[in-house]
Amino acid sequence: MKLKELAHSRTGDKGNIVNISVIVYDIQNYETVKEQVTVERVKEWFKDIVKGDVTRYEIECMGALNFVMTDALGGGVTRSLALDMHGKSLGAALLDLDLEVKELKFYQNFDNRSIRDRAVIY
Amino acid sequence: MSTIRIGSGAGFGGDRIEPAIDIMEQGEVDYIIFECLAERTIALAQKQKLKNPNLGFNELLEYRMKKILPVCKENNVKVITNMGASNPIAATKVIKNLANSLGIKGLKIAAVVGDDVFCSIPQYSDSKLIETGEKLKSLHSEIISANAYIGIEGIVQALENGADIVITGRVSDPSLVLGPLVYEFGWDKEDFERLGKGTLAGHLLECGSQVTGGYFADPGYKDVPELWNVGFPIAEIEDTGDFTLSKLHDTGGLLNEATVKEQVLYEVHDPSNYLTPDVIADFSKVQIEQIGINEVKVTGATGKKKTGQLKTSIAYTDGYIVEGEISYGASGSYPRAKLAAEIVNKRLDYIGVPILEKRFDFIGVNSLYQDFISDQLTKACTDFKDVRLRVAAKTLQKEDAEWIGYEVEALMTNGPAGGGGVRVHVKEVVAVASILIPEEEIQVQVIYEEV
Repeated sequence: MKLKELAHSRTGDKGNIVNISVIVYDIQNYETVKEQVTVERVKEWFKDIVKGDVTRYEIECMGALNFVMTDALGGGVTRSLALDMHGKSLGAALLDLDLEVKELKFYQNFDNRSIRDRAVIY
Repeated sequence: MSTIRIGSGAGFGGDRIEPAIDIMEQGEVDYIIFECLAERTIALAQKQKLKNPNLGFNELLEYRMKKILPVCKENNVKVITNMGASNPIAATKVIKNLANSLGIKGLKIAAVVGDDVFCSIPQYSDSKLIETGEKLKSLHSEIISANAYIGIEGIVQALENGADIVITGRVSDPSLVLGPLVYEFGWDKEDFERLGKGTLAGHLLECGSQVTGGYFADPGYKDVPELWNVGFPIAEIEDTGDFTLSKLHDTGGLLNEATVKEQVLYEVHDPSNYLTPDVIADFSKVQIEQIGINEVKVTGATGKKKTGQLKTSIAYTDGYIVEGEISYGASGSYPRAKLAAEIVNKRLDYIGVPILEKRFDFIGVNSLYQDFISDQLTKACTDFKDVRLRVAAKTLQKEDAEWIGYEVEALMTNGPAGGGGVRVHVKEVVAVASILIPEEEIQVQVIYEEV
């Protein structure tokens, strides 16, 4: 199962540093994500792109992980040769990581139809 | 005042104006902020100012103000914006003239200056660049601009002196919101918990619709209604610093716990230590609770004493970047695009163009993630039907960049079969590096115009 089934993500840039948040839809899946989306895996996944360190911050109250990756934007947003110089598309790639999940848990969020629909499906 | 309502009117320099006007007319807001300065925007503005001392502010300033001024006066909404870019004083003069021509009276317009440290750059030549650790003087290129991220001081002073419109250059983005909060509630500048909360409010407002459904939609996973008509956010802030985010009911977009969580962490590194000129904000214990449709309450941010060091962006010229693209379609398109890349590469060696850095991407195949991730995602498929070769290179001289562009164009006649849609673009690179400057070395000043 893809990480995308459990979590959503947003990518931000500052200079030559990218941060990618991974936020679980349901806090009940937080431990699974924390266990499997490790610094080592993220570093390996982005090895073509990220030349520096990867640091992971855990923000329990939001069910979130924040990956901060240095030397990740080809020298910096303002001077990168990359098509996506901000790295905005990197979060989507992280959500394509494969996880091993036996049981998926979702709660109903009254205002987000797709999350609710998906809660029904699972 | 028991609560203050602050709306967001822009999340980037070229943002839409209609959502801002809607908020000013129907949002019952006390303030609206327009955040319009990306990292290097100010350098481009500085270049304009050098050519013409009456320019150097946001290019849409006049367009926006023409629409904003009447509403701002009618609904008593104060405006705070960094649209002054490298020339806030000239911006206030433009606004004054505009108000006069619109017959608007009784407006006080303030320019906050002091962020521009270009003239004192020589004294910082031994300062270390945050990005590389090297000394500032190791940058051999021409420095175009140098601006410190200043805090709320000038904004608060302007409001205390009755300003209706506050125009700044470089200030830290959340300060655009924290400034009016400190002024209205009289928060102590040592009250780090409130400053942290107010900074979070600013952080969530400064990117416009990014908290109300922009930069969020993913059909089937995260659907956002009527995204084309996305409404910008409004924060209603209490004296405690906690706040509720909302948007106008008849706008599109989505404001829920998920959109807010994504934006809390946007461009944040260590969430316990978000450095601003005003405070070290701590977002690590934030509670986010949806309390109604498109209504989210945010509590629990806090803060610590500021570092006293101001991040200062130094913009410098850094050669040229050329990008050349050409497309190949249908069966065999990837092998033809790869052949085209090989041809360009050999030609560049052959003609001996001096190149600092180059890269070949195949759009539709690996242009976003390069090979490792792309191979995993496409299961190492090579049977693509629509592939666009992209050649990008950096050079010191413009002519060299142009030569590379010609080689991409030459693929039309000298390259593989069926290459179409050639485009070549050469641009001068304005890069940004940063140093830290002690805050006491910055003199913030406020200058007023009145109509």
